[in-house]
Amino acid sequence: MRKSVFALAAALMMGATGAQAAGDKIVPAEQEWSWTGYFGKFDKASAQRGLQVYQEVCSTCHGLKRVAYRNLMDLGYTEDQVKAFAAEYEVMDGPDDEGEMFFRAAIPADKFVSPFANDNAARASNGGALPPDLSLIVKARATGYGSIPLNFAKWMQGNGTASGADYIYALLTGYEEDDETANAWLKERWDHAEETGHLTKHQLEEGFKEHVTAEGKYFNRYFPGHNIGMAPPIDDDYVEYEDGTEATKEQIARDIATFLAWASEPELEQRKEMGWKVILFLVFLLGLTIAAKRRLWKNVKK
Amino acid sequence: MMSGPAPEFKNPVVRWIDVRLPVFSYLHHEYRAFPVPKNLNYFWSFGGMATMCLIVMIVTGIVLSMQYTPHVDYAFDSVERIMRDVNYGWLLRYIHMNGASMFFIVVYIHIFRGLYYGSYKAPREILWILGVVILLLMMGTAFMGYVLPWGQMSFWGATVITNLFSALPIVGDPIVTLLWGGFSVDNPTLNRFFSLHYLLPFVIFGVVILHIIAMHIAGSNNPKGIDPKGPQDTVMFYPYMTAKDTIALVAFILFWAFFVFYAPNYMGHPDNYIPAEPLVTPAHIVPEWYFLPYYAILRAFTPDFPLYWPMAWIGIDAKLAGVLGMFGSLILVALLPWLDTSKVKSCKYRPVYKWFMLLFVADVIVLGYCGGKPAEGWYVALSQVATFWYFFHLLVLTPVIGWFERPKPLPASISEPVMAAK
Amino acid sequence: MADVSQPANGEEPNRRDFLNIAVGATGAVGGAFFAWPLIDSMNPAADTLALASTEVDLSAVEEGQSIVVKWRGKPVFIRHRTAEEIEAAQAVNLDDLVDPQTDGDRVQKDEWLIMVGVCTHLGCIPLGNKDGEPKGDFGGWFCPCHGSHYDTSGRIRKGPAPKNLGVPEYAFIDESVVKIG
Repeated sequence: MRKSVFALAAALMMGATGAQAAGDKIVPAEQEWSWTGYFGKFDKASAQRGLQVYQEVCSTCHGLKRVAYRNLMDLGYTEDQVKAFAAEYEVMDGPDDEGEMFFRAAIPADKFVSPFANDNAARASNGGALPPDLSLIVKARATGYGSIPLNFAKWMQGNGTASGADYIYALLTGYEEDDETANAWLKERWDHAEETGHLTKHQLEEGFKEHVTAEGKYFNRYFPGHNIGMAPPIDDDYVEYEDGTEATKEQIARDIATFLAWASEPELEQRKEMGWKVILFLVFLLGLTIAAKRRLWKNVKK
Repeated sequence: MMSGPAPEFKNPVVRWIDVRLPVFSYLHHEYRAFPVPKNLNYFWSFGGMATMCLIVMIVTGIVLSMQYTPHVDYAFDSVERIMRDVNYGWLLRYIHMNGASMFFIVVYIHIFRGLYYGSYKAPREILWILGVVILLLMMGTAFMGYVLPWGQMSFWGATVITNLFSALPIVGDPIVTLLWGGFSVDNPTLNRFFSLHYLLPFVIFGVVILHIIAMHIAGSNNPKGIDPKGPQDTVMFYPYMTAKDTIALVAFILFWAFFVFYAPNYMGHPDNYIPAEPLVTPAHIVPEWYFLPYYAILRAFTPDFPLYWPMAWIGIDAKLAGVLGMFGSLILVALLPWLDTSKVKSCKYRPVYKWFMLLFVADVIVLGYCGGKPAEGWYVALSQVATFWYFFHLLVLTPVIGWFERPKPLPASISEPVMAAK
Repeated sequence: MADVSQPANGEEPNRRDFLNIAVGATGAVGGAFFAWPLIDSMNPAADTLALASTEVDLSAVEEGQSIVVKWRGKPVFIRHRTAEEIEAAQAVNLDDLVDPQTDGDRVQKDEWLIMVGVCTHLGCIPLGNKDGEPKGDFGGWFCPCHGSHYDTSGRIRKGPAPKNLGVPEYAFIDESVVKIG
């Protein structure tokens, strides 16, 4: 009996990782983030650097349309800094007295200006692929929800949607230069899966298939299907940080992921701060109700 | 039931009103001097918890609807505005969003209690059926509420579920067009779902009142499943049960708060943070967790499933069979008072059925697990076995065990220990 | 309370009964008439119906390419099939099909396959129009939701879908323009 339970559990786990080895979805490695846990807060300095990366690199293709310039004050910028930052962008306004639409400098109340007028314009400029808006990307790419048992422990530790940031980090650092290195990496994974018995019979019969990166695409370890339309966007020293932090590829990826996590869940700090207060209050109330009930029920015979 | 004499209200205003409209007498009889079995355990608090869920959902829902825009171009944005700009909007939305899951958790435990302690048996059949009606209304409300944020899962969930009706012969397609108000899930669909999502909770509220009235006719069942024999077996609802229920309520709010503040998206789906895109299907469409067991039953009916063969023989296609199986699974639950042939209520005194009862619960959990997995490989086989067991349990085991089982001796009354104990 | 339902002045009961029934029946008919506008208001409105047909210019679609046009809120796949695809579609033995239909029944011109790109299982959109998308085991389309495979004629070959992909009403207005709906 006991043995069969173990066998079943083992089979279940193999099923889970076996599907992973099959290729499509590769779970990114977990990173340490400042905003996980019950008292987590965003690393403001990192998020500010992330804003710089967004502005200098990502914003040529990706929008951030749900975030307003005024929201940047949450990251520690002053109102004047935000005003100056917004004024670098132009938004369409109008119609004016003549009935014409016109452009004016953005103000803090405006949302981040998107690089393209609409999705079709974005597709046309990017070889048919649509660069997604990044406002909610960390929430939308988080793994492990939608499947209740998966990552249960992680969620109970207050990790929330941090897996979405793990994905952003992994994606930005997960490019392979060419098909040769890509296939070497894929083969290594395959061999490992084969050794540990994670391949299905069908997969073993078919054997390892060489990956050929599609025309105009790039190989990324973590992108589903591996063919990504985005050219490797960052590299070491791709930006020069104003605060003097060394801009390694990993550092840039961390900073942008932090910034985007904030953009996805700007309420996170307030939420966690309120959370422990509410929970403490409720624990106190629970104690009171238990005491009141005990006293009342003392005289009731069982 | 055995309620005390009419109360004498001290407050003259209360007395004046009560003579003309006896609400205070009614409340006194039903919620103060109402005797309930004194051996109720905390499983009996889940009804009160469910009522609180309903009230919280209605209150937060009304406030959220003041900020929400039911239009395909604005729905997603208006929800994000609630999350980012409206004062405490994130809090209200996360309470409401997780509240749906909480409501189902509580109601499913409430149903489990009814199953285990035989609360559905005479004279509580109508009480039980009203409960199934509430569950169905909740499912409809939750489904339509999930569509409102107009994310990818909203849209595709709505598409998949409304398409179920196309399985009906002849009237299927016109009904689906009528549901959509167009040729696909679109703005008219979103609008009417919003309207109904606002309406149905009040309908649920009405049925809940009937459910409570029916419960007060026969009184609460209890873990021993025998009727109270007199005042020594009962306590007054107020203050005894209310004190107990308050503990359960606070503990439950604590549980709920944990999710709202520390794992607000745990029971949601990441794809719903991508705006609905009618021309892009997500890789894997899954309903909310509380629908997963039914979803597994729906998908279990394929041509190689033996339960389907008799249906195929009379010309029902697999899709319709799945829909019938799914709705049938709920209708059978409503018929449980007549499917269970045992006179003994509580599983405490049913040595055989007790284990099958727990196995049935495990079976539903297995179905839920399968419903969340892609319909391929051994998940299909597992969900078919579990679906078979679901129907076998209700249609065969439940009546048969009732006939053959020798229940343990029942205690003479709630206060006394079992007579036959040595 | 006095019973007022009985005739007080000895009026003939038969006529009274008839009138009561007539009032009830006429009222019920009126109620039914009123119910219909309520129900029908939920059916597609005039502006929705106005978009019920669409014209597409096919001259730019090269052999082996597919385009997707939106029709009644649903995607319509238009594929300019290659000779091999046409041959593969015509060579299929009807006994192998879940929903038997010849390729000729599904197209007006062999090179143009036009169909509603909505999986007949539960309404997802099958993949296979773009290069690099999975085309399923039969070289046509593959539905990612529950794994239905369609062939180069859009017929269901494997998986849970019960029917072939639907063919909308359409007509070629001239050589390269088709009107759908």
